Amino acid sequence: MNTKRFRTNIMICAGTSCISNKSMEIRVALEAELKKRNLENEVQVVITGCQGFCEKGPIAIVQPDGIFYQLLEVDDIPMLVEEHFLKGRPYRKCMYVPTDSDVPVPKLMEIEFFKHQMLVVLKNRGRMDPENIDEYIAFDGYQALAKAVNDMAPDKIIAEVEKSGLRGRGGGGFPTGIKWRLAKDVESDIKYLICNADEGDPGAYMDRSILESDPHSVLEGMAIGAYAIGAQEGYIYVRDEYPLAVERIKRAIEQAKEYGLLGEGIFGSDFNFDLHVVRGGGAFVCGEETALIASIEGFPGRPRTRPPFPAERGLWGKPTNNNNVETWANIPTIILRGADWYRQIGTEKSKGTKVFSLVGKINNSGLVEVPMGISLREIIFGIGGGIPDGKKFKAVQSGGPSGGCIPESLLDLPVDYEKLTEAGAIMGSGGLIVMDETTCMVNVALYFINFLVDESCGKCVPCRVGLIRMKEILEKITNGNGEENDIAVLEALSDTIRKTALCALGATAANPVLTTLRYFKEEYIAHVRDKKCPAGVCKALISFHISEEKCIGCTACAKTCPVQCISGERKKPHVINQDACTRCGACKEACRFDAITIA
Amino acid sequence: MQLVYQIVEKYDRRESSLIAMMQDIQKSEGYLPQKALEIIAKEVQVPLSRLYALATFYKAFSLTPRGRHIIHVCTGTACHVRGADKIMDKLKRDLNVEEGGTTEDGRFTLEGVRCVGCCGLGPVIVVGENFHGKLTQKDLGNILDQYK
Ligand SMILES: Cc1cc2nc3c(=O)[nH]c(=O)nc-3n(C[C@H](O)[C@H](O)[C@H](O)COP(=O)(O)O)c2cc1C
Repeated sequence: MNTKRFRTNIMICAGTSCISNKSMEIRVALEAELKKRNLENEVQVVITGCQGFCEKGPIAIVQPDGIFYQLLEVDDIPMLVEEHFLKGRPYRKCMYVPTDSDVPVPKLMEIEFFKHQMLVVLKNRGRMDPENIDEYIAFDGYQALAKAVNDMAPDKIIAEVEKSGLRGRGGGGFPTGIKWRLAKDVESDIKYLICNADEGDPGAYMDRSILESDPHSVLEGMAIGAYAIGAQEGYIYVRDEYPLAVERIKRAIEQAKEYGLLGEGIFGSDFNFDLHVVRGGGAFVCGEETALIASIEGFPGRPRTRPPFPAERGLWGKPTNNNNVETWANIPTIILRGADWYRQIGTEKSKGTKVFSLVGKINNSGLVEVPMGISLREIIFGIGGGIPDGKKFKAVQSGGPSGGCIPESLLDLPVDYEKLTEAGAIMGSGGLIVMDETTCMVNVALYFINFLVDESCGKCVPCRVGLIRMKEILEKITNGNGEENDIAVLEALSDTIRKTALCALGATAANPVLTTLRYFKEEYIAHVRDKKCPAGVCKALISFHISEEKCIGCTACAKTCPVQCISGERKKPHVINQDACTRCGACKEACRFDAITIA
Repeated sequence: MQLVYQIVEKYDRRESSLIAMMQDIQKSEGYLPQKALEIIAKEVQVPLSRLYALATFYKAFSLTPRGRHIIHVCTGTACHVRGADKIMDKLKRDLNVEEGGTTEDGRFTLEGVRCVGCCGLGPVIVVGENFHGKLTQKDLGNILDQYK
């Protein structure tokens, strides 16, 4: 591998977020500047997958020094090269500075965001080029596959996965080893594997990031699974919204085939395994495995009742084993380091690590991998650095549309499948969306119900019709027309849908409503009884006002108002005509004096 | 329509690749022309209704032509709590279209999209293939000016 030849490497993030923040322009500028200073043979610019701290992109890490640079701009590059690479002192301007301090933290491993993470699935984060199989191999890549194929019988592999305690990372948390055993024990000449990369939960992007930054770890996990279960062919079903992930996984498959790590006679054995990539069509329900199978077969993705489970009758009627991206990416490490090592991480029933996308109203947004059992408080206030702008934490939403909102009083809850379920949320695929005092919980419940109404496949009545009824009631409440018994009706409807829907989409659909009712009932009551939205979100229940003391009459608000409802003389306090105001919030955003308040 | 035949060829007329064929056409034409669907149905030997079932089920497809630039407003949860609906409202106002609509001059189509997986940068819009993040209503004018 060529990283050895250079004195220093500067690793530039090429995940979707950083690319959208123009990290490729930074790369070009860096290469040009290094050349200009005759450093091109000493310092190498390396492109890596997502490094996780997306909010601060574009980011770069200088190795071996471990110096972290953030929010890079092309104009910073000449100074950065001069200071760091010529004068040997890290460049202050582009360093991370914690929100509550003004002292920069140069070293990656001393930054709170990175310090508390534990990288198992993301072990190659930021240290290799995802488009180069040689680099993956240099970091022990495909050694687990070699070990499995050469030294382990299929039963031994499955026993190891069972012992590791690994549970499915796609949401359900079903023990992976047990699932593999079911698929292995079915007699059939043809069996299939599926990698579920549909990642439908809004606010979650760990699967995308794994595919973009370490595609071979998924391929290696699948090849090991195929050998253990006896499958010859596999499908990776990727969301169409993830073009970069599709491109990288396809390239990785080609490279692995060239190296004889996929295809026929892997490692000189008689084991054959081939992989195909299928792009999803943009339907959330296709993340459900039976719907996903229908979609691969070329039909609309509608779930069917189980049993029969895919292990007996799956893709084209053959035994099929489906796992989530992150589940597959755990396999090589489990095989290479052993189940005993893996089991030490986590809680009694939830082993290993979990990757979360920590997003929303949080200072350090990004992708974090932590050991199971860590508390939500440590994630949000330790790694995440708390809530921006001095606002108060209100809730964290876990588990996507099937999940729930967890309040402040439960923040010491350890991250664990059972504990989160007890709280009414679920682990889900790993989205953690943080909400502050300006997020309305009734609006959030309506947001998820709207999502599910849209995504319901329409096959069963409870989901197709029941969710629309819930949506109508929630709209009534947020529009200020709620009545006292609406809340009871919502609860009753939730219960019926949960018991009668065909698949988990419907069965769990009420969770966002039920958890917000459970922990934030007073907010519902404020909407229904007092016709107030305490968070200042629901348009029918709020009004905008200009403070006479704070307004200096700069006219910025009046100029931006789309309905011209703000009047006042220059340098005199302005007023809003409430009858004409559409509550779009443009004035509040335009005001630089914090003079506009919501009541 | 030569392209349609090439696409059908590329996937060996496989029935299981219907969605992929339609995705390729959607990508190059911006929508699914009826003529293209008729050709696929004939070549793959499936009823035309099967293709319409797919076209109406999956969000990736459109049966009517769209604007030169597609604006996707991310409505994922992270963007939602950071004010995505304000961005959507402002775009609706400025472009004078509803969600799903195309401007009269055919320049823009405005669509909501589930989640583009750039949650750290919310609120986000994607115009064509370009991501624009950490947006406020104020930023939108300059961004749209880049697309003629
Ligand atoms: C509505 C719905 C959406 C789902 N979406 C996903 C998804 O996006 N990704 C995923 O891996 N699993 C998803 N699942 C779960 C899958 O059905 C399946 O349980 C999972 O892929 C199994 O993999 P695992 O055992 O490795 O977790 C979804 C389930 C439902 C009911």
